[in-house]
Amino acid sequence: MGLFNKTTRAKTDDAGNSVGFLGRLSDRLAATRRGLGQRLATLIRGHSAVDADLAEDIEALLLGADVGIEATRDIIGRITRAQARTPDEFYAELRAALLAIIAPCAQPLTISSDIRPYVIMVAGVNGAGKTTTIGKLAHRLRSEGHSVMLAAGDTFRAAAVEQLQTWGERNGVPVMAQSTGADAAAVAHDAMQAATARAVDVLIIDTAGRLHTQTGLMDELRKIKRVIGRFDANAPHEVLLVLDAGIGQNALAQLAHFDSAVGVTGLCLTKLDGTAKGGILFAMAEKHAIPIRFIGVGEGIDDLRVFDAAQFVDAILPQPE
Amino acid sequence: MFDNLSQRLQLAMKKLRGEARLTEQNISEALREVRMALLEADVALPVVKAFIDDVRARAVGKEVLASLSPGQAVIKVVYDALVALMGESNDRLQLAARPPAVILLAGLQGSGKTTTAAKLARFLRERERRSVLVASADVYRPAAIDQLRVLAGTVGATFFPSTAQQKPVDIARAAVEQAGKSGIDVVIIDTAGRLHVDREMMDEIQAIHAAVDPVETLFVVDSMTGQDAVNTAQSFNDALPLSGVILTKADGDARGGAALSVRRVTGKPIKFLGVGEKTEALEPFHPDRMASRILGMGDVLSLVEQAQQTVDQEQARKLAQKITKGKGFDLEDFRDQLRQMEKMGGIASLMDKLPGAGEIPEAAKAQMDDRQTRRLIAIINSMTPQERRFPDIIRGSRKRRIAAGSGVHVQEINRMLKQFGEMQKMMKRLGKGGLGKMMRSMRGKLPGVPF
Repeated sequence: MGLFNKTTRAKTDDAGNSVGFLGRLSDRLAATRRGLGQRLATLIRGHSAVDADLAEDIEALLLGADVGIEATRDIIGRITRAQARTPDEFYAELRAALLAIIAPCAQPLTISSDIRPYVIMVAGVNGAGKTTTIGKLAHRLRSEGHSVMLAAGDTFRAAAVEQLQTWGERNGVPVMAQSTGADAAAVAHDAMQAATARAVDVLIIDTAGRLHTQTGLMDELRKIKRVIGRFDANAPHEVLLVLDAGIGQNALAQLAHFDSAVGVTGLCLTKLDGTAKGGILFAMAEKHAIPIRFIGVGEGIDDLRVFDAAQFVDAILPQPE
Repeated sequence: MFDNLSQRLQLAMKKLRGEARLTEQNISEALREVRMALLEADVALPVVKAFIDDVRARAVGKEVLASLSPGQAVIKVVYDALVALMGESNDRLQLAARPPAVILLAGLQGSGKTTTAAKLARFLRERERRSVLVASADVYRPAAIDQLRVLAGTVGATFFPSTAQQKPVDIARAAVEQAGKSGIDVVIIDTAGRLHVDREMMDEIQAIHAAVDPVETLFVVDSMTGQDAVNTAQSFNDALPLSGVILTKADGDARGGAALSVRRVTGKPIKFLGVGEKTEALEPFHPDRMASRILGMGDVLSLVEQAQQTVDQEQARKLAQKITKGKGFDLEDFRDQLRQMEKMGGIASLMDKLPGAGEIPEAAKAQMDDRQTRRLIAIINSMTPQERRFPDIIRGSRKRRIAAGSGVHVQEINRMLKQFGEMQKMMKRLGKGGLGKMMRSMRGKLPGVPF
């Protein structure tokens, strides 16, 4: 699968190669695995017995992968209770424990065909990768046969509108936009009107990045949601929180704050193609069984993957051969 | 941003406060707490280990044993270790090169390079009186160049136009050349976000670096970064001769462990903190002050500096006189205070720097947002000068008029007047008992009281 030669830029190997989906995902997560999985495997095989030393080393590795203190303790607790006798058994138990935590979160986004437009509101802190995710998501939905419209709700950051428009052109989908500085709720309003009039299947609404501690900006987000809700009481049907995989335990605070403001219904974890990332998903899954919809594994337009728990654990901790 | 770390450390230290002697055992207990606090603050594991060892080594030394108060001694040790870890003092930008001095920004996607470029341009123009040219070598992210062009306009920097069809190295070289011709002091080159494992992109930034020979190569990193901060910082440090670090998004509730990790791994000073979305929200980083902020000792020095920059000295002197006389603090003064607080970046920014602020419950802090300040100012604006001087005359019909004028309910006028009454009392006490006493008396009443 070429796990150890992942040095090419994502863009260059986008075009349909024959590696297959799992292979490619696994390939993209190679760095993560090298960080956590490989070291774990070496570590476990280096120990002749299951003892406190082994548990401590594993604790350090999990903590070092952003799994967080709570989830790490829970995982270690589960394996200890399972009373593994050999390091191999220990490894199997570890895989099982990770899967048990993350499995309930693997709930893909399903676009109901009865609802038109199906409204997806995208939120997150600055620099999480919202606009890029929307570009990739639009591409995915288009290739699944949905008609898509984008709304440039980030009216704060300079040139954010242009950035989304570029993605619109690439995907051949209309972008509803006003100028920078316009009221984001008004953009959402116009987009809802246009999407309804043109009967598009999916409307994706971008929002400005905001730190979850900025009360004023979180209120603005509430307002956008309220305005959308005037057209359809159930809209937005999906509130997608975009999180950067590189952030640490602060992801938990982000989730909590955005959730209390606008009711997060799904997560997208971006930039998973770096090193030693992904552990934060376990910390989050441990606290909230929130659906994880997508993961971003590269810069190419195809690099948004549906989150699959088993694949994710496989990619991080490969099954022993 | 270090709130939680600070709280945890204080809690750990509290356990020591009652101890008569510092034993091996109670140090260990405190250090366990410190370790947990640091890990929860996203400080990278190897850095945590080294830090704990450092504190332990310092703590069992003679200085502690000779000390009368073990608790204080340990706080001092942790403080010293933090300062040692983060660097001793603020490192300024070294721009003493033959002009144009080139600053190169590098970092991961979404770390905030473009915004930082604009903030830095503004900082250099306003604080250092330098002419600045900014150029974007980000030909990958859609509209990245546009973003910098717009920002350059708002901060009054010269923008070097580039297009996504050009090569990043060519853009950088041409920008420096142009700046040289037009006699501009500083060139800031914004680059595309890149992953440290992306060989091709890391080669590109090395090529840019070689082409323009910057005096400052700054690594821009999100303060919310997790454990991976060590890997990214290490890779960027290996690829480029970094001269410093800028920590962004430090105005959130991130526990800021990345600051410690990046500093430790690269050995390069953190030069600035990004503390907001606006272009002026860039602060020089002071390790010693940050250390006392982490420990909850407050950052009064920064506060004083900030006050000197923004506060009208004459006004402040008058107010101080009034207060020491113990009377005459009226709504006009109150409004001046509120306005000055707004100028200094709002309540949240002030609270971060006050000693003991870490002990204020989160729920109370949440109530003290800046909208409240603006609303209070609006209420006072709707009063007549006489009402401001003698609030006692504000009765029923005046209240209704003020409420209508400022767009609030009468209840809010009542609440505001009550708060003001409390403040007047406090000001009187301040006149007699000094600041420390006031801080103590405020603690119970903070929710709602605007500072």
